[in-house]
Order: sequence, then structure tokens, then C-alpha cells
Amino acid sequence: MATVSTNDFKNGLKLMFEGEPSTILDNETVKPGKGQAFNRVKIRKLISGKVLEKTIKAGESFELADVMECSLDFLYSDGEFWHFMNPETFEQIAAEEKALGDNIKWLVEQSSCIITLWNDNPIIVTPPNFVELEVTETDPGLKGDTAGTGGKPATLITGAVVRVPLFIQIGEVIKVDTRTGEYVSRVSK
Amino acid sequence: MIAGFFIFKKEEAPMTWQPTATIDTLKQRAKILAQIREFFALRDVFEVDTPAMSQATVTDVHLHTFATEFVGPGYANGQKLYLQTSPEFHMKRLLCAGSGAIYQICKSFRNEESGRYHNPEFTMLEWYRPGFDHVALMAEMDQLLQLVLRTLPSDKMSYQQVFIEQLGVDPLTADLELLRQTAMAYDLGDFVATESNKDTLLQLLFCFKIEPHIGQERPIMIYDFPASQAALAKICPIDPRVAQRFEVYYRSIELANGFHELTDAQEQQSRFEADNQQRIAQGLSAQPIDVKLISALDSGLPDCAGVALGIDRLVMLALGKKHINQVLGFDIQGC
Repeated sequence: MATVSTNDFKNGLKLMFEGEPSTILDNETVKPGKGQAFNRVKIRKLISGKVLEKTIKAGESFELADVMECSLDFLYSDGEFWHFMNPETFEQIAAEEKALGDNIKWLVEQSSCIITLWNDNPIIVTPPNFVELEVTETDPGLKGDTAGTGGKPATLITGAVVRVPLFIQIGEVIKVDTRTGEYVSRVSK
Repeated sequence: MIAGFFIFKKEEAPMTWQPTATIDTLKQRAKILAQIREFFALRDVFEVDTPAMSQATVTDVHLHTFATEFVGPGYANGQKLYLQTSPEFHMKRLLCAGSGAIYQICKSFRNEESGRYHNPEFTMLEWYRPGFDHVALMAEMDQLLQLVLRTLPSDKMSYQQVFIEQLGVDPLTADLELLRQTAMAYDLGDFVATESNKDTLLQLLFCFKIEPHIGQERPIMIYDFPASQAALAKICPIDPRVAQRFEVYYRSIELANGFHELTDAQEQQSRFEADNQQRIAQGLSAQPIDVKLISALDSGLPDCAGVALGIDRLVMLALGKKHINQVLGFDIQGC
């Protein structure tokens, strides 16, 4: 397996840290004029999602993590695995629920997701930044109300709950930003 | 064509020929340099200009040098030349030749150093005062800082005292195990548990748990470093556990390093050799010892104190800049 030294550190580099593939978020070198240099790094462990700050002796080497990202279409879930397909090669891959985490609530069939693979196993499923989902449940609101007031909660077809403007009705399709979980707009059918 | 276009868009930061510092900053930097030159002119310390390249170099385990090769008359087979990491060795040879008090403002070069406070090529102010010890030189340094940075008189504290006050640990008596435990208690890295070098642990604790908390209101000078970190300083005749070395810190920036200079040629030679042994033990190559320096010391270095100060950092502090590239015309990415 390829290794990297602290001089290779840059934001976004994926390496093995405490047995877990991790990505570097921030890296600062601390070097006294006379003495040992250190790296202060902020890393995110990709599986647990934990963000840690660590001090490393400059010159130490680390194993690179065999991590790659690919864009796959979500096919279906059989309750145990979530199945995805490469739309060009038709190759399929199954992800466990823990790879989806909170993102489960944004997955709709046919949507194109970013799958992070570690040693060819899916460890993170990232939904598209924007998804369009049908409202299945919400209180009836006032006609003529506009976005910007407090709004009301609405349950979407995937089970996700987002705050929507009062004029949104059951059966309408809305656009949601999956990174913030916020309502963006109504989608005209 | 199309592939090249995509690679350019994806990988490359936009190219710029512009300096990283503003012209106004560079004018203010020039004023500070003029101020420093006036400071030394008033004190009869004269400016020297020694080579940036040398046939020998430092043995310091933690310094990485740049090297190049001269080919020309008398050197048909080439002569390896090192870019100096500081002008110390040449300036000491001038002192041995009877120069008296001297200073220099010059470029120094250190490989593998780049970041918020480091550029591999940087400007150093170094000066030597025959007849001074480190205490007298700290006083003169303080006057320079008050002039350039308009600071209050500096605090002064020994290395031992600052460790006891900040961490409750005596760095001169603590054993390896206590230092490891202290560093582990602060979660200072996984390597700590197996670290076998006391100085690495002391430097780690100092960098992360002391330096950020001292010298915030006014500069602080920390003196009497452990003898194991003496570098080129005299060992204290009263307490051989410490060396007559000091460092200046202000607002979490290490600004200067000074010594009551080691004058004993024999001891200097042994320290260089010990450094080289440590280098080999760490898998680094031994460096050629500067025999001309040893020879000069042998003929007699006057009792003196010397100090090196990072000009770029001084300008950062004077102008309130957050990154070294804001005070450099062209940093390593733009040069």
C-alpha cells in the first residue's frame, strides 16, 4: 500500500488513521527554530464521521486510504441492503444501512448519488444536493401565503420532515436541499 | 485539447504574477528595515554582508538545507555549496578576525519549512555583541522591539519557571515517563506514548501548551534552555543543566533565538559530531562539519552574545498581518 509523509498533507487527502479511512480537513505546520517540527491536523474519519484534531511528528508516514467516489443511480432497497447501479456499465453494488446514515430519508429511486468506496466497499452514500419529493402529509395552509413566514412541517414520501411555506398542500412536489434539509421551491407538475 | 482544458480547470489555481504583499505593506516593511539600520548605526554596530552559499553547513538534526553545485575555474569537477540556514558561521569567523560588534540583514534558506509563519527563503536579522552575555543582549533586543513594535518592556522568565507555572512540571528534573504522561493528558498525539526523546516531548509541550499562552500583552523572553537544547550556546557555569540560550515570543510567534556564544572549539566540534551521530541514527545523512569555523574558534572567538530574529515575522507583528505571504513580495508559490 502506498504511503505518504506529512509533507504530502493537503486538504482532502485520504489516509488511514487509527485503522479508519480519514480525510484531512486542515493541516498546520508548527516548527520551532531549534527543534522538532509538528503537524497539527484536523481530520474527519469517513466511517464514524468523527472530526478530530491530532498532533503528528513531521516526517511520520501514513498509509494512503484506497478511497474513491463514483456516481451511481439508486435502484431499490430490500430492507437490508440499498442497491445502486452504474448507469453506464450496469454494474450493481449494495450498501449497508450504516453507509447511508441520516441520508436514507432523501433517497428516491433513480436518483443519482455519490458513493464513497473504501477498498471497493461502499462506506458513504451522499444524495444529490437537491431532490424533488412529494408531500404526503401536512396541515392545510392559507391560500395566498408566501414563503418567508414561519411555515409548517410537512412529511415527504421518503419520511423526511421539512418546514415548508403555508401554501404547500398534500400531493405537491417540492425541491429540498439535502445538505441543509431546507425547502427550496415548489415544483410545478 | 479537451482533456487538457479539463485538467487545467480541475487542478490548477489561477496563475497570478502579482505580489502577495501590497505595495503599501512593502513600503512599511522598508521603513522598518531603515529603522533597524538606524538602531545599529547609533550603537556603532556595523553592517556586514556574508555569503549566502557555503561549502559546509549546519549539523542541526531539525534543519533541512538546500544545496547546489558550483562548476567553474578551479572546480572543474564541481563543488557542492549549501545555502546557509543562517549567517552565523560566517559572522563568527568575522568576529574571530576581530570585527567587533556586527549585524546583518540577509536571506536565509530552510528546506521543508512553509506555512503561516514559514517561507523556505526568509529574511533574518542577526547580530553579535562582543563583551555581552545573553542577559545584556536580551536587554538590547528589548530596546529594538520597543522601537519597532512599540511594545511595553518585555517579560523575562526562565524555561524552568515557565514550565512550572504553565504545566506544573519541572522540565529539568522530569523523567521521560512524566513528560509522556503530561503530553498524553493534553492529547498531544499518539506518537507520545512511545516517544523516547525527552527534548521532542519538551518541544511538543512548549509549542502547543506554553507558547500560545505567554507573551500576549508584551513580548516575553524565555532563557536558560535545557543543556540538551543548547545548540551553539554556552553551558551555564553555575547550573550545568541549562544553557545560556534565550528565545523571544510575542503573540504566539517565535521571533528570535539568542546565545551567550560557545567559544570552545573542542566542544563545538564534539557537538557537531554528536549531531551527526543523531542524524545517522535517524536515517539522515551526516553533514560536512564547517572546519573553517572550528579553525576560527580555535584561534579565538571573543566572549560574545549573538541573536537571530525573523524579519518577516517582525513585520507581521508590526503591521498586524496574519500570514507571512502578506509581508513578502513573492512567497514560494509566487516566486
